[in-house]
Order: sequence, then C-alpha cells, then structure tokens
Amino acid sequence: MTLSPTRIAIYTLLFVFAALYLMPIYVLVVTGMKSFTEVGLDRMWNFPSGLRFDSFQEAFDSLSKNMGNSFRMVIPATIASCFVGSINGYILTKWRFPGSDIFFFFLLFGMFIPYQSILIPLVQTLQHIHLYGSLWGLVLTHVIYGIPITTLIFRNYYAGVPTELVEAAKIDGASIIGIYTRILFPLSLPGFVVVAIWQFTSIWNDFLFASTVTSNPNTQPVTVALNNLAGSYIVEWNVQMAGALIAALPTLLVYVFLGRFFMRGLMAGALRG
Amino acid sequence: MDSEAAPTAETARGLPRLSVPHFIRRLTPERITSLALIVPSAIAVAVFVYGFIGWSALVSVSAWDSVTPDYSFVGLDNFKELFNNFRFQADIRNTVVFTLLFVTSCLLIGLFLAALLDRHVKGEGFFRSIYLFPMAISFIVTGVAWRWLLAPRSGVNLLLDHAGLGALKQDWYTDPTVVHITSDSRLGEALHAVGLGSLASPHFGIPLAMISVVIAATWQMSGFVMILYLAGLRAIPEELTEAARVDGASEFQVLRRIALPLLRPVTLSAMIILGHVSLKIYDLVVAMTQRGPGFATDVPALFMVETTFQGSHFARGAAISIVMLLSISVLVIPYLFWSLRREARV
Repeated sequence: MTLSPTRIAIYTLLFVFAALYLMPIYVLVVTGMKSFTEVGLDRMWNFPSGLRFDSFQEAFDSLSKNMGNSFRMVIPATIASCFVGSINGYILTKWRFPGSDIFFFFLLFGMFIPYQSILIPLVQTLQHIHLYGSLWGLVLTHVIYGIPITTLIFRNYYAGVPTELVEAAKIDGASIIGIYTRILFPLSLPGFVVVAIWQFTSIWNDFLFASTVTSNPNTQPVTVALNNLAGSYIVEWNVQMAGALIAALPTLLVYVFLGRFFMRGLMAGALRG
Repeated sequence: MDSEAAPTAETARGLPRLSVPHFIRRLTPERITSLALIVPSAIAVAVFVYGFIGWSALVSVSAWDSVTPDYSFVGLDNFKELFNNFRFQADIRNTVVFTLLFVTSCLLIGLFLAALLDRHVKGEGFFRSIYLFPMAISFIVTGVAWRWLLAPRSGVNLLLDHAGLGALKQDWYTDPTVVHITSDSRLGEALHAVGLGSLASPHFGIPLAMISVVIAATWQMSGFVMILYLAGLRAIPEELTEAARVDGASEFQVLRRIALPLLRPVTLSAMIILGHVSLKIYDLVVAMTQRGPGFATDVPALFMVETTFQGSHFARGAAISIVMLLSISVLVIPYLFWSLRREARV
C-alpha cells in the first residue's frame, strides 16, 4: 500500500508533535543520567556518556522519605474517597430526594473553587483539631475536597445501572444497604478504578495543600520536597532532573498501565460523562 | 438504623419527582437511611466549602494583619487597597494575558491534533497517549522541566542555535519586558486624544516572560482538549462530513463549516475548564518562575499564599482569594446551570 502525500503529511505532523510532547521527558532522562561534570548549559541535548544512575540514586536518597509520605497520604485518601463517592453516587441516582438536583449543583461548585478561598479557615481548623502539619490532616483535606468529583463520577456511572434492577430488589425486600452491597457494589469495579486513578493522580500531584498544611520537611509529600530540591542552588541539575522523574514516576506508571480509565475520569471532570 | 425493614408498596413504585408533603408521607425507614448516608458528605461540603468561604469573606473585611487574628470590621478597605497595589495590578494583567494565550493555544492545538487523529490514523492510541501523558504529571514536575528547557543559555535556545535560527532566541521567563503602547507613540497619542490614554501603559501590556509559562501549561493541558474534541468529532455522523466532501469541500472547509459549529458545546466546556484552571494557576508558577522579573509572571494565587502565610497579612490574602473566587464563579456558575439543564433534557 502506498501512502498518498496527504497521509504522509498527516503522519509527519503526528510524529513531530509526538517528539515535541516527549522532549521534556527526553531532557529529564538524559540529564538525570549525566554525571555532574557532564552537565552543562550548552550540552543539554547531548547523550550521556554511559548508563549512570548516580543522580537517580542521589535524588532518591533525598526524596525517598517524602515519596513514602506521599504514599501514606495518597493510599488512605484514595480508598476513603472511593467509598464516599460511591455511596453519594448511589443515593443521588437510586434514592433521589426532593432537592437532590440543587444539592448536586452546590456539590459540583465545590470542584471549581480556588482552594485559596478556603485555605485560611482550613489551616485554622486543622490547627484547632491538632491535625495541622500531619499527613492525616492532608488525608482529611483531600477526601473532603474530593467529594464533588468522586460523587460526580460515580453518579454518572450508576446512572447507567438500570433502575429496574434496584426496583426489583426493593420489591423482593432488599434493604437500601443490601441493594448497595449485593447489586451496585459488585457492578462498581470500573467506577472504582476510574475514581481511584483520578484521586491517586490528583492527590499525588497536589502542591497547594501539601505546602500549606504541612511545614515540617519530615511530613511533606514529594511535590513539596521536589520543589525545594529544585529551588535550591546547591543541588545540581542532573539531580534535580532525576528527582523530577522519580516524583512523576508513580502517576506515570498508573497512566501507562491504566490510561484508559484515567481518560474516563478526565471526561467526567469536564461534566461530559 | 433500621435498614432491614420490609419495603412498603409505596417505596416499590419508583421515585419520580416528589412534592414535599408527598415525600414526608413516604418517609420510610429506607428513606431515612438514604438521607443518613448522604448527610455526612453534605455537612462536610457545607462546612468545608461554603462555611469556609464565608469565613474567608469575613477575614477579607477584617483588620487581621498579623499572626494574631483580629476580626474587627473594616469594610471594603482591604479590597480598595488591593486594587491600588502595584503587585495586584500586575497580577490582574498577567492573569488576563495568561488566560487568553493559554486557552487559545490549547484550543487550537487540541483541535488540530484531534482533527489529525480523526483521519483513520494507524497507531491512534499510541499518539493519543503521548499527547495526553503530561496531564498525569504534576505542575511542579512540569515547572522544573520547563525551567531548564527555557533557560536562556540552554534548552530551546540551544536548539534554535543549532538549527541556524539564532535570531529567534528569547530571554524567555527572565525577560522583564512588558510590551505595551507607549504614550508618545502615534497610537498612544491617538488613544490619548479619545480619552483612552491610560491604555498606553504597562498596565495594559503583555509581559513577555508570561509566554514561557503559557508554553509549559499548554504542553501540559492541550492533550486534554484533544481528547474532548476527538470524542466530539466521533459523535458527528459520518454521512454529514462525507456528503460535504462529495460536494467538493476541502478538509479545512469540512472542519470549519460542519464540525466546528457542531463542536460548539465541546469548545465551551473546554474554555470553561481551561479558563478556570488559568484563573487559579499556582503550582506551575511556583516551580517555574515565581514572581518573575518585576512581577512579570506573578499571579493572584501566588500573591495570596505569600502574603498570607509568609507575610501574615491574612485579611489581604483573604481579599485576594475572594476576588479569585468571584472571577471563577462568573465563569463556572452559568456553565454549571447550562450543563445540568442540558443533562436533564437528555
């Protein structure tokens, strides 16, 4: 099969754009593999002289604690978010109440607010209940401000579960909890995956809450530690680049293996589920 | 909670829109349980979103200007001061410039890529994943990477040098220039003559350093627009575009005359989402440029966090956050109405 000039042009453009999108990753990987003596402003695009992982080792040593913090924050927050969203979505689709549309509207608005507008009261409150500066404070924060998006995704998902199924179960005498545990929940795996990936990614990547709710370097998540590392003039480029790659790795891996579900979360976030 | 109670004939009949008295009559144990399940979330959102917004609003009209809270009422003084503050004026200018450039470039690139991918491309999934992957990365990582890529003596400038395009080299985010109409230029004098002389000032200019931030943000978010447009394009019936092609329309005409009008809801969604992201952009600026030379890349979100948590000017910080909230609300509230109404119609 020969390609027409139009096809060639299309593929050329697609590859050029692919190269542009991958360019920053190329620089991160290549610079991360260079030794300090090889790094230079005028040699950014050169290949490293060999496969060296010293910079990654050095970056990992200074970020590993914060990577651990991120995991210890993200995992409980994601699990809790999934269940909260699932229950809300269930009620809002199968047990609608008067005013549930208005309630949903007010819920959704919470997704768009600039978090600066709740930051001062949040910090005050967390200090008051002695959760300021702790990972549990961050977990609580992320679960609460994740309610709108997780509810939205599950609501869209459960809207696709036939209401007749629920009605039939009601006639058979199943309780509200029973219908959830025996009918909805077993059907929810894809919904849980979408929400889990969404929350994992956005909580991992969060910087605003992470940097204002924690102040102690020992409890800070990795985004804050990376920003400190990159802002420090004594840390070399190669280590900064390696650090950036390490901090991005968990969400990148999730994306590579479960990208399909990540995309669904994105579409839901645009209210076009 | 008695969740195992036998259902009545009433609950079995389905639950379309209920009027309130009707509803109370139907207040079975099941319904009470259902409300009990949603109440914790409702309270959390009521307190942490709406209660806290109210609290911030209260701080924004208070005299709280140190580490110790002071809630004495000062009216709109903080807001008046804010709008006379040089840094905040720069922030407003920067946000407008950033929003316009960022939204436009994301829409154009996203639409272009979607149109390319919609031409029955082999390996579509592969290309799509590459264009979208920056969405999975944090703005901090993006900022760190692009700070190096746009370092004046390295990165992109180096590539331009190698390509023999040295003339195109830029100072990127280190450039303090604010392109604006000078008052002694012919245009400036003309503006002055019609009473718009104030437009000929750096307040209404384009800070060149901001373009670097736009590039990084577009790299991160254009794939998202591509995905939205691609889904939109796939929803257009093939017969429609085929008919136009048979009639001799070029690909560009098909896109312009048929696809784009049908994609209007997608464009609107994308504009709102991107617009609200750009109004609260924070992480990227922190990691990439901070305030920039002469506040050339400063944004309200950064000013808010710095003035509140480093400067302890709590009232001023709260005032900034309320301005941010209002500007986003103007964008988002009509959109929420629109999309929920549209959904109800389907």
